[in-house]
Amino acid sequence: MFVEGVRAYGLIAGMWVRSGMTYRASFAFTVVGNLLVTGLDFVGILLMFSQVDSLGGWSLPEIALLYGLSATSFGIADLVLGSLDVLGGRMRDGSFDVLLVRPAPVLAQVGADRFALRRLGRVTQGVVVLGWALAAVDVDWSAVKVLLVPVVVVSGAAIFSAVFVAGAAFQVFAQDAAEVQNAFTYGGNTLLQYPPSVFGKDLVRGVTFMLPLAFVNWVPAAYVLERPYPIGLPGWAAFASPLVAVGCCALAGLAWRTGLRSYRSTGS
Amino acid sequence: MGSARLYLAVAVGGFRRYASYRVATAAGVFTNTVFGLILVYTYLALWEERPGLGGYDQAQAVTYVWLGQCLYATLAIQGGGAEKDLMERIGTGGIAVDLYRPVDLQLWWLAGDVGRAGFQLLGRGVVPFVFGSLLFPMALPAEAAAWAAFAVTLLLAAVVSFGIRYLAALSVFWLMDGRGIGQVLMITGVFFSGMVLPLNAFPDGLGDVVRVLPWAAQLQVPADVLMGEADVWGAFAFQAAWAVALLAAGRLLQSAATRRVVVQGG
Amino acid sequence: MRDAFIELDGVEKVFDVWRKTGFMKRERHRVRAVDSLSFTVARGEMVGYIGPNGAGKSTTIKMLTGILTPSGGRLRVAGVDPSRERMRLAHRIGVVFGQRTTLWWDLPLIDSYRLMHRMYRIPAARYRENLERLTELLDLGGLLDVPVRQLSLGQRMRGDIAAALLHDPEVLYLDEPTIGLDVVSRTRVRDFLRRLNAERATTVLLTTHDLRDIEQLCSRVMVIDHGRLVYDGALAGLHEAGESERTLVVDLERELPPIEAPAPARVVRVEGPRQWLAFPASASAAELVAKVAARYPLVDLSVREPDIEAVIARMLGPSGGAPEPPQERAGRTPS
Repeated sequence: MFVEGVRAYGLIAGMWVRSGMTYRASFAFTVVGNLLVTGLDFVGILLMFSQVDSLGGWSLPEIALLYGLSATSFGIADLVLGSLDVLGGRMRDGSFDVLLVRPAPVLAQVGADRFALRRLGRVTQGVVVLGWALAAVDVDWSAVKVLLVPVVVVSGAAIFSAVFVAGAAFQVFAQDAAEVQNAFTYGGNTLLQYPPSVFGKDLVRGVTFMLPLAFVNWVPAAYVLERPYPIGLPGWAAFASPLVAVGCCALAGLAWRTGLRSYRSTGS
Repeated sequence: MGSARLYLAVAVGGFRRYASYRVATAAGVFTNTVFGLILVYTYLALWEERPGLGGYDQAQAVTYVWLGQCLYATLAIQGGGAEKDLMERIGTGGIAVDLYRPVDLQLWWLAGDVGRAGFQLLGRGVVPFVFGSLLFPMALPAEAAAWAAFAVTLLLAAVVSFGIRYLAALSVFWLMDGRGIGQVLMITGVFFSGMVLPLNAFPDGLGDVVRVLPWAAQLQVPADVLMGEADVWGAFAFQAAWAVALLAAGRLLQSAATRRVVVQGG
Repeated sequence: MRDAFIELDGVEKVFDVWRKTGFMKRERHRVRAVDSLSFTVARGEMVGYIGPNGAGKSTTIKMLTGILTPSGGRLRVAGVDPSRERMRLAHRIGVVFGQRTTLWWDLPLIDSYRLMHRMYRIPAARYRENLERLTELLDLGGLLDVPVRQLSLGQRMRGDIAAALLHDPEVLYLDEPTIGLDVVSRTRVRDFLRRLNAERATTVLLTTHDLRDIEQLCSRVMVIDHGRLVYDGALAGLHEAGESERTLVVDLERELPPIEAPAPARVVRVEGPRQWLAFPASASAAELVAKVAARYPLVDLSVREPDIEAVIARMLGPSGGAPEPPQERAGRTPS
């Protein structure tokens, strides 16, 4: 099923890439535009640091590390599944039905829907900031810390992907409520770009235990930077991101199946 | 008089059209509230580090955040108001029909957009703002005159916001595709309006520039008027000057575009 | 009796609909979109599935294709429960949604076919052969390299039909395949479907508003109303059941008093030298024309077929609904 899904995703995404290339000028424009739009968040942080030397006790390179990890993970998830927010619209206009008569997993088909390479802009700026941050932070790099970075990026992408899928499942029930999803995806990404010490403890607790976005960067970054995490966590929590990611994906998959089953029993 | 009633009807139509998207509005309220919460904490940390940054105290910084969430959809700061529909009309060629209607094209779209803004303010903007004021100490005026001035500045802000987006939409007559310009609207709107950081907290030099651009009339000026940080008449004059300049530029571009359509034969 | 390819036994579909009753108030309504629907379609049959809007046609098609899960009853297509084994069934069915293209808008037609080729894992030789055959029969030769957005409605519909058939489906569902098409395109689509059914024994189920689609293609018609099957049989029988009438329009040399037509034909309208005669759809038009021509100076004539909505409306009675249990009305004519 998974292999089938990846294959179908590749086929459909390829078609959309070719479609996008038919308007070449517009394509180039939107890639650059996407890079700029998504980079604005970091420009905001730079502007803040033109006025202060630290925020919540974290220095610019440290915050850049948070930003780079979150933006890269989110960028990957957005590249792969970012069009799930058009699902509600597809259900409303009936074109979702077309996907259900094809011999391919629906999630893969919806995920690849309107796939656009311009979203590489977001990943690119995330990787650039991450690269700078890794070079600029004052850290005693150990083998474990070095290895942790790529693992966290991949796990973070999986966690954000799970949020996208759960949001898609929610749209089955509230087809006009695609924007709620933005609060958790784009909102989550914005939240994670700032250090946890900035936020109230309750919010940090919620983001650690309920919607475990903290494992995208906060928890492992606190370990890499040897900073205390605002709420008590066991030492192994820094390495728990892959586990959390697997858990999130399983729950999101369940939610998606429930949503799809509900669609097929209630229709549009 | 008859035409005033026409544009009023258009505005009411704009209001009602957006009022019919109830679930989407509720979703938007939720999202604006979440973003407000995140931003409030980051601003509080920033003002903790630099008390009095940009002339604001913490309560004022908090007020600024929630006002930003309140006006985000109201003023279509990242786009998505009347200009989106207008771009589509131009793209599909339907605009040729509009040009032959016995109405003023610019006023027509302005009326519709003001109606939309009215609904977005009441339906989508007020709730996050009230929510913020219940959870965090805010710097809100007690006297009615300040709120009246705020209402005037909001209306002017709506016209300036429309003026910017109308120009952008008309560019589709030449560009043929609205996606690129839409992205430019988004970047400039978010950054120069002060959604990322209040314009008065920008570093010198850059700050001096952004504070005189038209986008400053959208969020920074209304915020300053509300919190008594600006000379009210000076603020009105600034907004009105940009409103007039943008609308005039819009007229110029509109007549150039009309000639273009006529020459091409629609 | 040939083997049943599509089998429905007491199939139901119930929706909960929230209806606005006040500013914030909503009430839940149970809607039976499909109500104890039973029928079978044999392999190789070509069946018209008709009924008023909202009667349950598309809900039925959605259940047959696995898009929707029935609320009750038993449903099998090729021995498979569609909603449980959606992906497996997808390889064996073809679907054409009349008003919604499944082709890639900005890309040349051939690109969409290549996608089908790979998505359905059609063996290369069979794909080439099918593409060649469909291209020829549907006259798509010059269009393969044209972006879909530049195709006319009729060309796009033919393109969509080809896309639905590349993987050799055993059954083809067509939802309004001729809607919005010009006369030439309609004829071409019908000719193609007839050949497909005759030469490849593909089972075809089609919904339509155009009675001529049914007349020219289907030996069997099913009529659904309010979610129930109210007629299942030959088209001729439907005319009888609906007491449907055709109209003979004659242009006379000059204005004349109403023609004294042989019963049961009668004049229903006179306008200058032109007169309209209604007669039972089951009666022979040739006979009537001969009798009229023998006595009156004819310049021109034409026969108008009854339209499907009118036939169904007459059949369902003045209320337009199905007040009594449908079993009493539905005479199953063996096909």
